[in-house]
Amino acid sequence: MAEQSGGPAGASFKRQSQAREIWRRFKKSKGALFGLVLLIVMLAVIACADFIAPYRLATKQNLAKKLAPPSIEHIFGCDSYGRDIFARVLHGGRTSLSIAVMATITSCLFGSLLGAVAGYFGKKVDSVIMRSLDIFMSVPDLLFTMAVVVALGANFINLLIALTLAYFTNYVRLVRSQVLNLSEQEYVEAAKAGGAGSVRIIASHIIPNAMGVIIVNTTLNVSKIILYESTLSFLGLGMPPPAPEWGLMLMEARAFLRTSPHLLFFPAAAIVLSACSVNLIGDGLRDALDPHLKS
Amino acid sequence: MYRYVVKRLLFLIPTILGVTFIIYLVMNITPGDPARALLGVSAPQADVDALNHELGYDRPFLEKYVNYVTKMFFEQDFGKSYFTKQSVFDEIWPRYIVTIKLALIGIVLSALIGIPPGILTAVKQYSLWDTIPSITAFFIAAIPAFVFGMLMLFFFSLRLNWLPSYGATSFAHYVMPTLTISIPPAAQIMRFTKSSMLEAIRQDYVRTARAKGAPERVVIWKHALMNALLPVITQIGLSLGVLICGAVVAEKLFSIPGIGSLIIDRILYKDEPIIIAGTILISICFTVVMLLVDLAYAFIDPRIKAKYTTGGGRE
Repeated sequence: MAEQSGGPAGASFKRQSQAREIWRRFKKSKGALFGLVLLIVMLAVIACADFIAPYRLATKQNLAKKLAPPSIEHIFGCDSYGRDIFARVLHGGRTSLSIAVMATITSCLFGSLLGAVAGYFGKKVDSVIMRSLDIFMSVPDLLFTMAVVVALGANFINLLIALTLAYFTNYVRLVRSQVLNLSEQEYVEAAKAGGAGSVRIIASHIIPNAMGVIIVNTTLNVSKIILYESTLSFLGLGMPPPAPEWGLMLMEARAFLRTSPHLLFFPAAAIVLSACSVNLIGDGLRDALDPHLKS
Repeated sequence: MYRYVVKRLLFLIPTILGVTFIIYLVMNITPGDPARALLGVSAPQADVDALNHELGYDRPFLEKYVNYVTKMFFEQDFGKSYFTKQSVFDEIWPRYIVTIKLALIGIVLSALIGIPPGILTAVKQYSLWDTIPSITAFFIAAIPAFVFGMLMLFFFSLRLNWLPSYGATSFAHYVMPTLTISIPPAAQIMRFTKSSMLEAIRQDYVRTARAKGAPERVVIWKHALMNALLPVITQIGLSLGVLICGAVVAEKLFSIPGIGSLIIDRILYKDEPIIIAGTILISICFTVVMLLVDLAYAFIDPRIKAKYTTGGGRE
């Protein structure tokens, strides 16, 4: 927040020490560190999925191994087509997590832009955007996503569009209120009085100060989108069937629940673990970025 | 006060029109061939064109939309299903009631499950009464509703044989679906109640109440709780979206003949009239409930009431 940095060397020193300060506070929370380690391990395993269990194992059918329980050869067992569940969970993680992260980024960019425009220009632009948003939000997310998927068809890009449209609304409200709030702060007034133009005020005062809240929300949104995406694929609105995907695997498990609960356990554990780790990181970041909140 | 109610009621009209417009627009991005879908693959092209013309499907988009909305509002006519060739309204209405029943039971249940532990965790902060429910809520926030449903299905229905696993004919049939849809929003409501309650406990009026010697029970239940519950009402309204999402999942999982499972089943056949009508009807219900929540809030919160009854100084 301080604006007395003299020259580029001072600026980089300030930024580094701030990042270090946040890291110091973040590291204090055991839960957040645990979440970070868990997530890194999961991402590393998923990234090396091709070496651990090649993709062909995830789709190769072997009816002799139909519904086989966990064993040394297939550590998570096999599904109703005799496909290796371990390989499917790994490669499914690739699909599910990359969709979640990309949808978070696109919805954050789209929503933030719209929110910033609404907050900064105010008046008519603001009321047009906000009223349309109110109407837009009157359609429950899942139904809207269904309509989009039906109209466009189910594939990676359309899923991304559908998820973005379901989640950008949060950012519009968030960024708008941040912009409205921050532009009334005294340091913004001071900068204005000092002759700073709108671009400078936005770039060096509003964006850096709004960043914390946006980062925390974005992190927590990743886990919401992981859950939402798995729900979509559970309903058959995700990636088309032979592709491994956590929600889809659970839908296939429904019919064999009585005899083969391992079909339910492993994909469900993958979803819960990834969402938990992201939530832990998000909570840790919230406390680290905003010391006022934790008092 | 009535001015506020009238204002909100009037805003319902553009909202519902906007909602129908958005859904109709999205479903028309890739226009199908309705007459072909109704008559079948083997019908001659001339008949198909004639029926498309008769039904008005060869008109420009806006004209089609206006026709659809007028028919929908004044004649409850949503067209014919491509799949069963029956009237969409007749097919949807009984299922609509089932879904609404499910969602309403769910919303009451989620408030009943969520609010008491929320109060408890705030009042007994940093004790075991706080840690255990808070950690539980943390995990629930990371579990999708359908996984809950499947776990319950596995234990209560397949292993213990206590509850039926599909259908919606008796009270026992509703136990698992309503729990499935109300537990995730209940966790949200609990977290929200906790933070709202913690904030209220720190307020000056609570300190005043304690200072004047009011017993702790009165301080918590009257002074803190009554103020803390106001924002919780809004949160309950907001969780309706999560609930509807859960209702669709629960209907699919427990084979309940509701509107959500109908839409999901017909997606396979691209049965657009059913999908459009179902989505619009649920959205209208959603909008109306949100409005009722807002109105309830206004009636309970004396600040909003005061703003409108004194006449001047509004907004």
